[in-house]
Amino acid sequence: MKKEVQIFFNGKKISAKKGQTILEVAQENGIEIPSLCYHSDLETKASCRLCLVEIKGKKGLMASCATKIEAGMEIITDSPKIKRARKINLELLFSQHCEECFDCVWNFDCRLLELAKEYGVEKTRFQDRKKGYPCYQFGPAIFFDSSKCVDCRNCIDACEKFGTGFLELEGRGDFTRVIPSKNPKKDCIYCGQCILHCPVGAFEAVGEFEEVEKPLQEKDKIVVFQFAPAIRVSLGEEFGLAPGSVLTGQITAGIKKLGANYVFDTSVGADFTTTEEAAELIEKIQSNKGPCFSSCCPSWVKFVELYYPEFIPHLATTRSPQTILGGLIKTYWAEKENIDPQKIVVVSIMPCTAKKYEIRRPELKIEGLAPVDYVLTTRELAWLFKKHQINLENIKPEKLDNPLGSASGAGVIYGATGGVAESALRTAYAKMRGGENPKIEFKELRGQKGIKKAEIKLGSQKLKIAVVTGLVNARQMMEEVKRNPAAFCALEVMACPGGCVGGGGQPLPTDGKIREARAKSLYSIDTAEEVRMAHENPVVKKIYKEFLADKEIIHKICHTSYSPKKKEVRFE
Amino acid sequence: MTNIIEKLKKSKLTGKSGSGFPTGLKWETVKKEKVKKKYIICNASEGEPQVKKDGYILQNFPEEVINGIKIALKTLGKGTTAYIYLRKDYYQKFGPKLKKLIGKFPIKLSKKTGPYIGGEETAICNAIEEKRPEPRLKPPFPTQKGLFGCPTLINNVETFYYVSQIAKGKYKKTRFYSIEGDIENKGVFELPADWTIEKVLKETKNYPDFDFFVKSGGGAVGEILLKKDFKKPLSGAGSLIIFNRKKTNIFSLLKEWIDFFHEGNCDKCVPCREGVFRLKELIEQKKIDKKTMDDLFFVLSETSFCALGKGVFTSIHSAIKKLIK
Repeated sequence: MKKEVQIFFNGKKISAKKGQTILEVAQENGIEIPSLCYHSDLETKASCRLCLVEIKGKKGLMASCATKIEAGMEIITDSPKIKRARKINLELLFSQHCEECFDCVWNFDCRLLELAKEYGVEKTRFQDRKKGYPCYQFGPAIFFDSSKCVDCRNCIDACEKFGTGFLELEGRGDFTRVIPSKNPKKDCIYCGQCILHCPVGAFEAVGEFEEVEKPLQEKDKIVVFQFAPAIRVSLGEEFGLAPGSVLTGQITAGIKKLGANYVFDTSVGADFTTTEEAAELIEKIQSNKGPCFSSCCPSWVKFVELYYPEFIPHLATTRSPQTILGGLIKTYWAEKENIDPQKIVVVSIMPCTAKKYEIRRPELKIEGLAPVDYVLTTRELAWLFKKHQINLENIKPEKLDNPLGSASGAGVIYGATGGVAESALRTAYAKMRGGENPKIEFKELRGQKGIKKAEIKLGSQKLKIAVVTGLVNARQMMEEVKRNPAAFCALEVMACPGGCVGGGGQPLPTDGKIREARAKSLYSIDTAEEVRMAHENPVVKKIYKEFLADKEIIHKICHTSYSPKKKEVRFE
Repeated sequence: MTNIIEKLKKSKLTGKSGSGFPTGLKWETVKKEKVKKKYIICNASEGEPQVKKDGYILQNFPEEVINGIKIALKTLGKGTTAYIYLRKDYYQKFGPKLKKLIGKFPIKLSKKTGPYIGGEETAICNAIEEKRPEPRLKPPFPTQKGLFGCPTLINNVETFYYVSQIAKGKYKKTRFYSIEGDIENKGVFELPADWTIEKVLKETKNYPDFDFFVKSGGGAVGEILLKKDFKKPLSGAGSLIIFNRKKTNIFSLLKEWIDFFHEGNCDKCVPCREGVFRLKELIEQKKIDKKTMDDLFFVLSETSFCALGKGVFTSIHSAIKKLIK
């Protein structure tokens, strides 16, 4: 326990933990101090100079994000001097930010705009100096408009911490600029953490928001939506609800209102992924083939193909949930419903920007058709709902369509870090022990830590499992496996912190506390489910019996392949 | 040698880079840190335009500087490594001689990277660690966590020179004055630190008979002084630059300085990156928009991340106030 000390905010006594910064204490206690470049995921840079406060007995203004509290400290968060400094610095920030408010991921919930109003900022006091600065598109996933950038460098730090360090600072005599790396060894893996950590919307997903209506405008098509587990616990935030509000039925109803013909659950796809991946895991354990790596995070998959091609044989060939479900929709379900698969449009709502890239992987095609036609992010779905005046707060919930709408609890926890490993272990554990005394909860794999290691007893064997988020941590694990191939038998990697609940397609803002609330709700959905093991989901059983009856068809629908990759995102 | 810190304190020697921090206190702070690995950095980045005193000392008294560093090494004890962080041309010019003097002592030479701000003490730590040379958050101060996260003693070339003098009992409370500009008798002079500027100029035969003004304490961040300001000793870095008022175009001078700041800052914080740019725009348009300038000066001096913002304020503000009607 850290020592508590008393400090004063504008004369009001507050107790806080020693070692905290003024801004941290203020945020915990609902005291308003404006800040822009501060993000609890990243190291403090103190560069925006907005979170200024005065401290009695000290000269000048202090950046509250970089000033630690001291016992008895008397902090003033508002004074004519503070107001003046914030106003001018805001005007300087606006001078480098070319606004495009009608098309922005912050969706008018923008700190800059809010502060401009509060401080009486003249937004056009200085001419936009970044007019004409370039836009960059990173593959089919990310769009960077550098004329909106305010040089806070959060994107660079986030990319360094969670991604591949693809975003860099170009040092120039006059101004530094954020640019995509020219280094042939550095490539974007489309995780979208730059979007989540940019305070001013300089990054967005490709198509956000110009192309959201496209899937609904396709003529003479059957439009089938599916949505990922992480969406149901985060979309509410876009409508003013608390993080973690569970809205499965409301989202289903909303999508129907948009005009979709059917709405299925990506978690059902996850149940197939689990069943197949557990089989791969068991095979790898029993044949002593070295570790089995999860493969449902497309950023992680590209990372392996790019940086560790020698480890490709360790990536589970099992497809990700959205692509298995998409494949089943266009084969099994199409046949059952007597619909020409060519006429089906599958739209996935994903918490992820890399999924926009994943659906374009040519290896995934089944008889010439891509399993999924469009990926929209959580933010894009919210945008669509708002455009069509669908309010999640007062919509009547509807049930997901059958048969691809009822998932096991295991399929839902996929949205949180450790969820894929836990689901696979539930099934592997049950199968290896012939169904006796199943173990459901693997709490050692849960939680927001970037690296989690656990030893799981399975019969006479002890399985070493590692669960990782952030590719810097993944790199560390890969180096460990290089040194010691038996370091672990299973490795789950998600590029984004917290797993898909913290994905690059999720609502803004996203931080540690919000990710935790979203994950907690996923586990509570799981606990309430009757069926908590993927392979026991009646739908899964039925489809294996009726359709996925032999190895060939299983391979076609549920598996894929990988190949070494070279840098894809280049600008000359 | 153990009482060198006491001697430094008694001498009232202050840092000669311009900030004027008491040297004895700084040494004591680093000495008191209870870790084995410590560093010393001798700052020879001399980045202010037309300031030549550190170069002069390296040229004429390199053995004194090295001796000062050796005293610091001894004071901080085993496990201490020193770096001399040299401007590129100084590295080339003085490197071989310094290497000879260093011999087997754990003193390394390091070449300056980055622009002007690369001479700021925490930026130097970053530069030696091969990171982007820009200032770090303080605290922790370099005396606690500096180079490679270890307690680090950072002093200017001139400070180390005087440490050597103090150890030898030769210190006479002098300092080095780099005198440049529209005068005949340019050069670097070692003179009493408490002399008034007027006396320094007169004694060095650099007191012009024409109408003039002086930039004092640094070629860029320095303050503009007029005759009425000459009755006090020089503060800041040891630099005086004399300008013939009739022959000087004030706006082109302002432009020179603001360009220097625009190129030389690190672009990290909003007031310095954007404020300097907007000042530059106004200066280029020869527009003295008082309200806007006051606002920019206010955020530069009050809210900048490091001391450079304040330096920009001192430099440009004093020039406009005193030289433009």
